[in-house]
Amino acid sequence: MKISTPLKTLFTLGVALSLSFSANAHRAWVLPSSTSLSGEAPWVTFDAAVSNSLFVFEHVPLRMKGLMAQDPTGKLVEVANAHTGKYRSTFDLNLVTEGTYKVGYAMGGLRASWKDSEGKRKRWPARGKTANAADFAKEVPKDADSLKVSDSYRRIETYVTAGEPSNKVFEPTNKGLELVPETHPNDLFAGETAKFQFLFHGEAVAGVKLAIVKGGTRYRNDQKQIDVVTDAKGYANITWPEAGMYLIEAEYKDNKATAPATIRTGSYSATFAVFPE
Amino acid sequence: MNRNVFLKAVLLAVFCSATAFSSISSAENNLSVEVELPRLDVAEYHKPYVALWLEDSNRKATQIALWYDLDMKEDEGKKWLKDIRQWWRRIGRKAEQPFDGLTSATKGPGKHVIAIDLSAKHLQGLPAGEYKLRIEASREVGGKEVVNIPLVLPVNASDYPLQAQGSSELGAVEVKLN
Repeated sequence: MKISTPLKTLFTLGVALSLSFSANAHRAWVLPSSTSLSGEAPWVTFDAAVSNSLFVFEHVPLRMKGLMAQDPTGKLVEVANAHTGKYRSTFDLNLVTEGTYKVGYAMGGLRASWKDSEGKRKRWPARGKTANAADFAKEVPKDADSLKVSDSYRRIETYVTAGEPSNKVFEPTNKGLELVPETHPNDLFAGETAKFQFLFHGEAVAGVKLAIVKGGTRYRNDQKQIDVVTDAKGYANITWPEAGMYLIEAEYKDNKATAPATIRTGSYSATFAVFPE
Repeated sequence: MNRNVFLKAVLLAVFCSATAFSSISSAENNLSVEVELPRLDVAEYHKPYVALWLEDSNRKATQIALWYDLDMKEDEGKKWLKDIRQWWRRIGRKAEQPFDGLTSATKGPGKHVIAIDLSAKHLQGLPAGEYKLRIEASREVGGKEVVNIPLVLPVNASDYPLQAQGSSELGAVEVKLN
């Protein structure tokens, strides 16, 4: 079977982010310096971090390991000038091809947690380790106390466009929770309504919960969170109240997992710029 | 010279000039737009990037003019075209710049006249209907403004002149029938 490079990467990572992902109250994001660009082969610089306030570097960086950048043809491309500091990672991307690039992280697979004989919480795969389904039976005790097994996926994305927006990078991989745009994420304007469809493992899913928050939370008291739930066909409509950089966080969960998992979960987050009218 | 050939040549010449005459002199096909760029009392002034285009009720857009910084090395001025934001969304990002014959250098404060020949190749096919003439200015280290002037095609002489007033980056805009 021919597995595309992005997919391979998807299934072999998961290490670097486990730190940030276990700290679930925080928000993880990749913030581009621009989302819509003109001129010959423009550059974009990105910050990647985990924080409470948006978009503030205050907690931990998202690590460079596992970061993927896909060009408008779907090919994986290298980022430049990567650096990980105390609170954020930064890197640059040269948009040499016209169209839309996808930048971010994707990971997932089988996960388990339980309590050992001393009542200590255990996890599989262990922090910093990659899940290998073949090892599940020998590494996870079948009748452990409070055993929870899930099929869990996570994505953190952003999109940037040189010239005219394109859609190749939105072709679903059918793994985890994914956004399929009806409205292009690099074509959002205040006062307009954007429509997105959410797929889990390639199927449109109802009941995906979206929390949408505009950046600059440090300087206001009300988070002004917008809550949206996908309809029966997996669609979510978002009307942008004002221009700014937004973080969209989406969560999905069901009990249609195949053994040994009992639940399936998917999370998706993305940074979207909304322009004034 | 053979007399028949001569006559044919004369007839052809007359025919051609008549055709040319009808397309050039028709007043309904010639608009002039006077755009005022205000003089701004700011510490750092850069001449604005300006775009003019016609937009139909389905937001289909047709380029009229584009003023941007043509003189930068390696055409670096294109980097900021995205900041003429509405234009970039409707036209700029879809096309290759420069638009032949429609692009020129940025202009300073004062009144500037743009001639629109509606019989020009890229405009003559525009269907009858309601349009907006949109003028957008975007200034480096400054603001952005869009002024819209509704108009109908084919033009109706009694509608003219059309006027609109910008409030920050654009001054008075007037469309006249020539």
